[in-house]
Amino acid sequence: MTSELFLQYLVAGITYGSIYTVVAIGFNIIYNTTGIINFSQGEFVMLGGMVAITLHNFMALPLAILLAVLITMAVGAAIEMLFIRRLRSPSVLRMIIVTIGVSILIREVALHLWGSGVRSLPYFIGNEITTIKLGPVFVSPQVLWVVGTCLVMVVLLLLFFQATSLGREMRACAANRVAAVLCGIETRNMVTLSFVLSAGIGALAGAVVSPITYSQYDNGTGLAIKGFTVAILGGLGNSLGAVAGGLLLGVVEAFSVSVVPLAFQDAVAIAVLLLILFVRPHGLFGSGATAAMKEF
Amino acid sequence: MLKIRNLEAGYGKLRVLRKVSMHVSAGEIVAIIGANGSGKTTLLGAISGLVGATSGEIRFQDEDLTLLSASRIPARGCVLVPEGRQVFAAMTVEENLLLGGHPLAREKRGELDGLLAHQYELFPILRERRKQLAGTLSGGEQQMLAMGRALMSRPSLVMMDEPSTGLAPLIVRDIFAIIARLRQEGNTVLLVEQNAKAALAIADRGYVLETGKVIIQGPAEDLLANRDVQRAYLGREKLEG
Ligand SMILES: Nc1ncnc2c1ncn2[C@@H]1O[C@H](COP(=O)(O)OP(=O)(O)OP(=O)(O)O)[C@@H](O)[C@H]1O
Ligand SMILES: [Mg+2]
Repeated sequence: MTSELFLQYLVAGITYGSIYTVVAIGFNIIYNTTGIINFSQGEFVMLGGMVAITLHNFMALPLAILLAVLITMAVGAAIEMLFIRRLRSPSVLRMIIVTIGVSILIREVALHLWGSGVRSLPYFIGNEITTIKLGPVFVSPQVLWVVGTCLVMVVLLLLFFQATSLGREMRACAANRVAAVLCGIETRNMVTLSFVLSAGIGALAGAVVSPITYSQYDNGTGLAIKGFTVAILGGLGNSLGAVAGGLLLGVVEAFSVSVVPLAFQDAVAIAVLLLILFVRPHGLFGSGATAAMKEF
Repeated sequence: MLKIRNLEAGYGKLRVLRKVSMHVSAGEIVAIIGANGSGKTTLLGAISGLVGATSGEIRFQDEDLTLLSASRIPARGCVLVPEGRQVFAAMTVEENLLLGGHPLAREKRGELDGLLAHQYELFPILRERRKQLAGTLSGGEQQMLAMGRALMSRPSLVMMDEPSTGLAPLIVRDIFAIIARLRQEGNTVLLVEQNAKAALAIADRGYVLETGKVIIQGPAEDLLANRDVQRAYLGREKLEG
């Protein structure tokens, strides 16, 4: 393999890896406050892309993306308030089944609204053949948008959780629900907020990546599987682990193209997932001790 | 300040508390003693809204707490230091304390620094450990953290569920000394204890709970002198300081 080709694969890996990271962090945020895996996480990414594409027919691109993110956040809030919150006796398993149902529901609605056609947002700068020379490699400016947006989101989220009192309250709710209630924290609102946040970052990721990967009513499913793999890889609930896991999966996948046919790319992710579950069920960076504190 | 009348509470079909009536006046330390499973934790749980009351009322400063959800009660000035400490293990000592300040009204959040300083003065060990994760503290330190966290919102009533459990005698003595000091500073304390002798020694009044009923009540000295109490709860003290 020439070093140039090597770098091209690497860039592709980092691009996809950063999207997987954001999806995985979406899983983590909800997992941390509720102990559940939200299987409609991928649908948030799909909605971000599809809604932005539709809105872009009527308004400027930045406004369309902003509105798409806000609408998806509202969908996230609605899912929590209409379904999760109303469960009579909310066991982890029941909540997970609800999120699977919701993801099917969203996909069906999307199929009716948009059909099964493949669409995409235009490239934010230039078009699909525009490239920027970065050292020895040529990359599309959209790649920089994707990686940059994901990076900013990760940094802002970390700041939010570590340095704001609202972030601290969400972590408290994750760490010990009863103690959080005894501190007067309205834990149900924290759960809603976690759905809103996850929906927002998923939708933004879906919009920036749409020019490269295209959007379709069911493309959330694949992303959810990748994101879930990454979340497990990094240790569920561990957001820095998700960054490392995301880049790892993205790069492994990108290089696998040179070994196995493109059609098997998803199989690579599943293989990685199974391998981790067998070898290190707490993820590469998670520890058994923290996993034991969680319900799942 | 706190007035409970004919309270019944339990878990699902299981009725634990049966027509419990009691009161706590401002500035008092009131002790609740009773054997394992007599319903002490359930009683504190009902007051703090964690356990649903099926009948009766819990008046706290002219408000019925049974009508409020658990997360609203701390802001009313009634805070629980739970059994088993329940600190936020993966967060630092200081973060734990700051979370304890959450019930304060927004306009009072400016007092957080002063309140932090006050807890550090009351529990100097917490100042030394303030950047340490709460889960890595010793049992006694965690108990102090749980107490400091509850005091952060300057509650008018602090309830403590077995603060001395599992601690070495010297630490137990420190904990009781701090509770006595809290009263001197004008706090009101409702104290649940297995260590009946130590609890009654600092309390003004006491209640004895047995299978969910109040069977004896009165001034702490009377309880200490009571033959039944002596036989059942003061005979052999495992945790005596
Ligand atoms: N979450 C629960 N679900 C069902 N039953 C419970 C629950 N918690 C306590 N109980 C039952 O309620 C009764 C009273 O328990 P409680 O914890 O109030 O006792 P306690 O006086 O605090 O005991 P200890 O001194 O051991 O802490 C017990 O019979 C117990 O089995
Ligand atoms: Mg108890």
